[in-house]
Amino acid sequence: MSHGPSASGGALARAPHGHDDTPYQPVFVGDRRKDLDAILLKYPTKMAALLPALWIVQEARGWVSEPAMAEVAKALELTPAYVKGVVSFYTMYHQHPVGKYFVQVCTTTPCNVCGAEDVVNAFLQHTRCGELGATSPDGRFTVIEVECLGACGFATPVMINSDFLESVTPDSVPDILAELP
Amino acid sequence: MGYPHQSHPREAVVLSKHFGDAEARTLAGWKARGGYQALEMALGMAAADIVTIVKDSGLRGRGGAGFPTGVKWSFMKPGDGKPHYLCCNADESEPGTFKDREIMRWTPHALVEGCAIGAYAIGAETAYIYIRGEFTEPLEWMNKAVKEAYDAGILGANAMGMGKRVDVHVHKGAGAYICGEETALMNSLEGRRGNPRIKPPFPAVAGLFGKPTTINNVETLVAAAHVLKNGAAWYKQWGRPDNPKSTGTKLFSVCGNIARPGNYEVPMGFPFKDFLWDLCGGPLPGRKIKAVIPGGSSVPIITAEEAEGALMDYEGFVAAGTMLGSGGVIVFDDAQNMVKQIARLARFYAHESCAQCSQCREGTAWTTKILERIRDGQGTMEDLDTLLSIGDSMTGNSSAS
Ligand SMILES: Cc1cc2nc3c(=O)[nH]c(=O)nc-3n(C[C@H](O)[C@H](O)[C@H](O)COP(=O)(O)O)c2cc1C
Ligand code: SF4
Ligand code: FES
Repeated sequence: MSHGPSASGGALARAPHGHDDTPYQPVFVGDRRKDLDAILLKYPTKMAALLPALWIVQEARGWVSEPAMAEVAKALELTPAYVKGVVSFYTMYHQHPVGKYFVQVCTTTPCNVCGAEDVVNAFLQHTRCGELGATSPDGRFTVIEVECLGACGFATPVMINSDFLESVTPDSVPDILAELP
Repeated sequence: MGYPHQSHPREAVVLSKHFGDAEARTLAGWKARGGYQALEMALGMAAADIVTIVKDSGLRGRGGAGFPTGVKWSFMKPGDGKPHYLCCNADESEPGTFKDREIMRWTPHALVEGCAIGAYAIGAETAYIYIRGEFTEPLEWMNKAVKEAYDAGILGANAMGMGKRVDVHVHKGAGAYICGEETALMNSLEGRRGNPRIKPPFPAVAGLFGKPTTINNVETLVAAAHVLKNGAAWYKQWGRPDNPKSTGTKLFSVCGNIARPGNYEVPMGFPFKDFLWDLCGGPLPGRKIKAVIPGGSSVPIITAEEAEGALMDYEGFVAAGTMLGSGGVIVFDDAQNMVKQIARLARFYAHESCAQCSQCREGTAWTTKILERIRDGQGTMEDLDTLLSIGDSMTGNSSAS
């Protein structure tokens, strides 16, 4: 899980979400606390709620910060180090802030033979990110290559945050970007 | 209906019948299409009788290994006083495979029903559906279907009003190919890193939360519901008369350099040549098919000639020098640089190695490096020897291979 381009490079410079000097606002309050309590009922252990809890954090904050990991650890009776070990194993949790739009393009072999690399290049060019994993100068975009998204017959699939697009071609990239608020 | 195309007359449309039919997604629509009748039947039967029917049908696991499903279910000992669990493997991350995604997008209630039947058959009150985190749309449909099923009393403490508890929960993964391996999936569900466990103990003895567990692929569980509803003999109508080891229908995902990519459901033993040319439309205009990986990226690649002679079932693909695997057909045409593409696949495995075993961690990294060197025209004859010896050292020496 540790190889390849990740969201971390270059993304730190401009953080669209959260600043370290503001006091930490807990995630699990109000409705989100209720959501977590409902999730806990589904499993015989608290630990099993870890991935769902981290998803709640990422949906609320855009990424999973160390204080957030500590909060999750406390809620689930785990250590922060343990939580961090789990977070770093999985590719979908961001340990650093990313652009407002996190663009993931599949370039694994089945998509690659259908021209996925041209789609990546079109995104890099039109977002002005320049390189994989870097955030664009306006802070709006981060583009990465991902491994198989499980939609290989719809080459090239692209995820923009949680939106899943199918059959993206280099020509369709400008329109896709233009439609983003 | 095949998706995204109209189904071909030669398909055997069972699991994919309602693909593309948006009404089948809702509880009302699903019931109008005969949904939940199989579950009602199941909850009125003895669990052991369900296992017998599934055994007799010859249904085998559709997640890759092809283990007989009824036999797997029979490993669960009823009445041992322990909680049992069913895990549904919806991680679908083997490159070339995208059939479970279509099942969940178009017929989410089929999977809820399959999970509920499977859970009851193995003496479990709880089933977890582990869906890869990237599947945002299937996750949405599955969450909706589960909620509808709870609200209608189909799931819960008194499932279908028949006095039995059946819970089905959706669990969202977070990005890691290895979590498709069954013991890694269980670790991940428990809130751990998704490293595979050393076997034994096997899941049927100590699986999820240390309790007896059965793990099945999405397609397997959905097929099991059809088997129960229509009987073992009905299911065995599909398959080659001379090969009783592969029965029923199989969803194949087709991608790469092919005219009509998509999902196709055919009877076991279907001629691969007719499949590629008649159903999938053959190569792109002006191109020739050069090679095919018929069962997802983990199975051996074969040439177009070898593919033309193959029959599409477990034994047929073995006879052609490859495997049925997960049914993900990847087609390469004569415009492709094969070394580049194999190097890309090696990079996938290097990226996705969970780094637990040194042979795999180092082996996949070195393989990628060497293949990329060959791709760039810098390869040597020694590189080929090194590749072969890395292959030998990885085979059988790693947890997940
Ligand atoms: C590295 C690896 C990845 C796997 N990925 C998947 C997967 O994504 N989906 C799946 O159903 N099975 C996958 N499997 C197979 C599972 O371990 C397991 O055999 C299967 O889910 C059992 O279900 P079945 O008997 O219904 O096929 C994978 C196996 C390995 C070794
Ligand atoms: S073989 Fe590779 S992926 Fe499997 S457990 Fe070992 S290191 Fe992890
Ligand atoms: S290879 Fe791109 S989605 Fe599977």
